[in-house]
Amino acid sequence: MRILVVEDDKDVAAFVVKGLREAGHVVEHTGNGRDGLFLAASENFDAIVLDRMLPGGVDGLRLLETLRAQNNLTPVLFLSAMAQVDDRVKGLKAGGDDYMTKPFAFAELLARVEALTRRGKTDQPATKLVTADLEMDLLSRSVKRAGQKIDLQPREFRLLEFLMRHTGQVVTRTMLLEGVWDYHFDPQTNVIDVHVSRLRQKVDKPFPMALIHTVRNAGYMLRPEEV
Amino acid sequence: MTEAARSTVPVPVSVAAPSRPARRIRLLKSAGVRFGVIYAALFGISAMALAAFLWWSTAGLLERQTVAAINQDSEALIDRFLESGPTGAMAAIKDRVAGDIEDDSLYLLVDPDYNYIEGNLNAWPSHMPMDQDWDELKLDRAGVPALMQVHYFELPGGYHMLVGRDIAVRAQLGRMIGGALLWAAVIAVILGTIGAWAVRGLFRSTIADVSATAIAVSAGDLTRRVRVAGADDEFDLLAQTINDMLDRISRLMDGVRQVSNAIAHDLRTPITRARTRLEDAAIHATTEAELRAAVERAMADLDGIVGVFQALLRISEIEAGARRSAFAPVDLVPLLTDITELYDAVAEDAGMVLQTEIAKTLPAFGDRDMIQQAVANLLDNALKFSPPGGVIHVSAQLAGGAIRIEVADQGPGIPEPDRIRATERFFRGEQARSTPGSGLGLSLVQAVAHLHGGEIQLLDAKPGLRAVLTLALGRPATSRPAHG
Repeated sequence: MRILVVEDDKDVAAFVVKGLREAGHVVEHTGNGRDGLFLAASENFDAIVLDRMLPGGVDGLRLLETLRAQNNLTPVLFLSAMAQVDDRVKGLKAGGDDYMTKPFAFAELLARVEALTRRGKTDQPATKLVTADLEMDLLSRSVKRAGQKIDLQPREFRLLEFLMRHTGQVVTRTMLLEGVWDYHFDPQTNVIDVHVSRLRQKVDKPFPMALIHTVRNAGYMLRPEEV
Repeated sequence: MTEAARSTVPVPVSVAAPSRPARRIRLLKSAGVRFGVIYAALFGISAMALAAFLWWSTAGLLERQTVAAINQDSEALIDRFLESGPTGAMAAIKDRVAGDIEDDSLYLLVDPDYNYIEGNLNAWPSHMPMDQDWDELKLDRAGVPALMQVHYFELPGGYHMLVGRDIAVRAQLGRMIGGALLWAAVIAVILGTIGAWAVRGLFRSTIADVSATAIAVSAGDLTRRVRVAGADDEFDLLAQTINDMLDRISRLMDGVRQVSNAIAHDLRTPITRARTRLEDAAIHATTEAELRAAVERAMADLDGIVGVFQALLRISEIEAGARRSAFAPVDLVPLLTDITELYDAVAEDAGMVLQTEIAKTLPAFGDRDMIQQAVANLLDNALKFSPPGGVIHVSAQLAGGAIRIEVADQGPGIPEPDRIRATERFFRGEQARSTPGSGLGLSLVQAVAHLHGGEIQLLDAKPGLRAVLTLALGRPATSRPAHG
């Protein structure tokens, strides 16, 4: 995937660029808003990681608004030190797809960037999600694995749906909390782990092969084979 | 008690004598003097108005009566003169002089050469000015000096006539009243000055307390308050308003002090830990694995610090009340059902029971995310402190025009003396010391409660803690000021 990183802090930028390249992406980087806008408007990217406070007269919000005004729908993830709820709301209103605050864990950034690019690709509403022998029918809201029906609570269903929509991608606890429960805070108790482990009891335990994997220091991933 | 906790107690600061700068105010510039002068002027004007009225209604009345009598008398005499000439007038004058038993009238008729014709005055007064009709004459009447008010007429044929009345009585009364008024004026001046002084003093004493308090506060003594006399008047209202403002300021100051103390003490510990780990690894690590492990642990420590910072910022963001503009109607029933469902699994896993009792409808007005987070914090606490097998009871009801959310656990609870302080930032009770956490959870709950026109109460569940979060129903007009 081609990713544009617009970030003026050299250390942070170098770290993000290196990490994304290691994860197998093609990365362009620029340190100021004007060049960022030029690159974003003239070339095709799968995702943009955008700082809000940028030198060069064009800040992150202006850059994104200009881009969206040109009907450029490239997914954008804000990476900003501006952490207040209002800042977040502003970022999303301007057309941002996700908003992360600094300091951040790279695993979280990577997971969110990859989730963004996936979101961009599968736009048509699916009625059925399939991963290996696990099938989810979104219309009848039923789940089968190896032809065997699995009974899930509504919340467990949404949790599995989220994991299946991001098959092969790391999904962090924060992403699950936001995506499945719509909560925008970090509970002190590890509530997500408990819910994932319950889901595992139903989806993985009765079967020889596990599909839900724990990714150390990051979160979870639903994927067909053990790696 | 930690050092941080101890130093949150307000430190008394010595206060400069408050009245000294006030004395230095120049007399003319003093509002007190101005008020005094205005008082004296008003008092003087009223006294003068009263005196003028008194004069007009006594001495003035006598004078008007005298003039009226002279006019009436002279009109009759002139009529007689016009009817029957000087002889008629002579007869009339003779009659009047004869009838004037009290001897207080004066009549004189003279021919064109000012020769005596008739009257009780021997000759035309030499000093009688001829250019005005009215005059006061000092006469010697049978050896008795008299003061007469006279009216002078020119009659047809060159005759002249004088008609007068004795006004000695009037003059005496005038002198008496004049003297009395002079004394009254002296007394008025004295009283006015004393009054002005008293008004100035009253004004100053009222203002002095306010200004002394303000000076003390600006010198650093935030515990000083303006005295409320209890009269329930405008000055009390002002004093109360100032005191309320000072209360709010001191609460905010306490908050700032708490946070800076906390940053100085509480954050130092994890920062020290992270630094130590990194330095230790830099010096002693022999393998890459060891180095990595140390770095990872240090990162976890830093994440913890970041978490504390985020919580602090979030609390101050909530306390600033900026998000109130984003308030909207929220139905708390699904919100609470969702969040208890989220935690139910955790409770079950830890061998606890989470009981819920939620009313059918709970219409609140506020910020959904904040309320979620506040309830989540209460549940986090309950789970953290509950013993295995313990029951956590969550209930939400409408009570007394507010929404009452209760989270009761069977843990160790919070000892009575600590309960008030439990919502302070970074406060951690003895029981909580060994558990993970930052001591910010309840501070956030309190900030959310206050923003929503409610409060957080910590009660004894015997055993355990019963946290009661109240939120105003519907649309709260104003939020209550934060406590402590």
